[in-house]
Amino acid sequence: MAIRSKTFCESYHEDIKLLDTIWSKCWMGLFVVGLLFLPYISDSYIVYMVNLSCIAVVASVGLNILTGLTGQISLGHAAFLAIGAYTAAILGEGLGMPFWITLPAGGLVSAAAGILVGIPCLRLKGLYLAMATMSFGVMVEYVLITWGSLTGGERGMYMPEVTVLGHTLDTDESMYYFLLCIATLMIIAAKNIVRTRVGRAFIAVRDRDIAAEVMGVNLTGYKVMAFALSSFYAGVAGGMYAYVMGHIHPEHFTLMSSVEYMAMIVIGGLGSILGSIFGAIFIVVVPEGIKLLAQGIESVIPAMQGRYDEEWNIAVFGLLIMLFLIFEPGGLNAIWQRIKTGFKNWPFTY
Amino acid sequence: MYFLELLVSGIAVGSLYALIAMGFVLIYKGTGVINFAQGEVIMVAAFIAYYLVRFGVPFWLAVPLTLVASALLGGLTERLVIRPLLGEPVFSVVMITIGLSIFLRSMAGIIFGHHNYVFPSPFPVEPLHVGGIVLSHNHLWSMIISFSLMLLFFFFFKFSRLGLGMRATANDQDTATLMGINIKRVYALTWGISFVVAGLAGVGLANVMVLNVGLAFVAISAFPAVILGGLESIPGAIIGGLTIGILENMAGGYLDQLVGGGIKDVTPFAVLFLVLMIKPYGLFGTKEVERV
Repeated sequence: MAIRSKTFCESYHEDIKLLDTIWSKCWMGLFVVGLLFLPYISDSYIVYMVNLSCIAVVASVGLNILTGLTGQISLGHAAFLAIGAYTAAILGEGLGMPFWITLPAGGLVSAAAGILVGIPCLRLKGLYLAMATMSFGVMVEYVLITWGSLTGGERGMYMPEVTVLGHTLDTDESMYYFLLCIATLMIIAAKNIVRTRVGRAFIAVRDRDIAAEVMGVNLTGYKVMAFALSSFYAGVAGGMYAYVMGHIHPEHFTLMSSVEYMAMIVIGGLGSILGSIFGAIFIVVVPEGIKLLAQGIESVIPAMQGRYDEEWNIAVFGLLIMLFLIFEPGGLNAIWQRIKTGFKNWPFTY
Repeated sequence: MYFLELLVSGIAVGSLYALIAMGFVLIYKGTGVINFAQGEVIMVAAFIAYYLVRFGVPFWLAVPLTLVASALLGGLTERLVIRPLLGEPVFSVVMITIGLSIFLRSMAGIIFGHHNYVFPSPFPVEPLHVGGIVLSHNHLWSMIISFSLMLLFFFFFKFSRLGLGMRATANDQDTATLMGINIKRVYALTWGISFVVAGLAGVGLANVMVLNVGLAFVAISAFPAVILGGLESIPGAIIGGLTIGILENMAGGYLDQLVGGGIKDVTPFAVLFLVLMIKPYGLFGTKEVERV
């Protein structure tokens, strides 16, 4: 029997499998079990961080479909989250609907908005598109503040707690399973979109749109589809956000948060679902890390006491974007792939 | 009369927008990217000028010193942040300027704090009265500066060797390199010049607005002006700036009562969105010809 030093694929079907080897299945299984038992082995602070990460993951996967895969730069992602969150809040709080209506409804309304924005944006490319989506974001923010009768204006809106089969999910731990389920579903869906015709068409549009059109990719259709999908993800993430926070306000969905989602996919890795997961977790966790670090420094050097404020988080956040772009343009995903290949091919380095 | 007053103050605000927009256009013309950190440069320059004046430097000397400092900051930015990305896709460069803007803004917040400063204006407080219309000295000066800069840059890009080199670099980096243009030098100079213009805008803005870290957000309001005029047209920046300034004031003057406040800030973006739908490359931008 010949020793196989690498995994060889003998058919296309094998090449695009989600879990290719027995080992990746084992690791994935372990990972899932670990996630299931996480609330039992860690404190509720970590669970809360994971909850926030789940929301960020769904949102950044959505943005990565539009920007990373299809190459359409969007600086208005927070606006789509806002539309989803407010739709969910209006249906949930105003009409008392359950989550399995409000979340998809938030996604669908947001997707409709995405199509509305996407169609006129078809002629725009690159920076002009970034500007158009940015101004859409600004307009949505304005509407949220001004249209007080629907959105509560400056007061924001409240959101009821999730009820699943008669149980109210009022703790972080119970929300954890709820959010984890949704995030997993959305990630698997995204993975499947990427590896099928739609995903390949998206990539073709990104790499050379004219060539893609010549080869029979319906440019209009796929661009609009990318907008719709991305804003659907954003809308669902917005609904999740509303449920976790219990209160939403126009200030949660500003240009800065759009930039934050952009940073997630840049730091995580453009065009990769795994990358958007890494990036989302990274952006959620880093500010907390800095806070802990600052507290640590304060306890060691008393002179530093009271010097920390939120501003440092933001500064580090900006610095990280720059450092990643300069030193690791492939993002966290590239680092991960390097480590993985290193282990796979050990002891051979190629 | 109310209309005329709105018009004049619109032109006054618009000329400041035009000055900011010109900074954007210069970088786009030279390197093909939008610098999202332009607003932060404006703010930093305004603070430099403020501290120079406060430490006893006379205003006429403080302005050139500020401009020199801005040019240095531009060169430094280019060297540390932009040059490593030479040849990378535009998206990365834009993203890095966004990162830079966040970084500069929060550092400024840490250093200068978030309270308002009052810039010691060198101009008389008493505004000019021209035929019954009130116009402040500061706005008059920013108009004069905008228009003279426009003429200067128009000739610079049309006739000077360096200006042509910058346009060539923006058009096609690889070909420009092949033609013997030193694109590293072009990049450094472009960022330097653009930051000088931003510095001028900063001094101008600090005179009319309150000086605080939020000054950086003015640049975001100037985006519509840049896009409206077309990303690479200097006259477009002026016309776009003036148009947005006037529209903003008109909307504020006539529509605010109808919708209940805030329409002034959102009008430029609505205009921007509409303009992009009809003319995807702005009023004077060149349409990109694509080859596969």
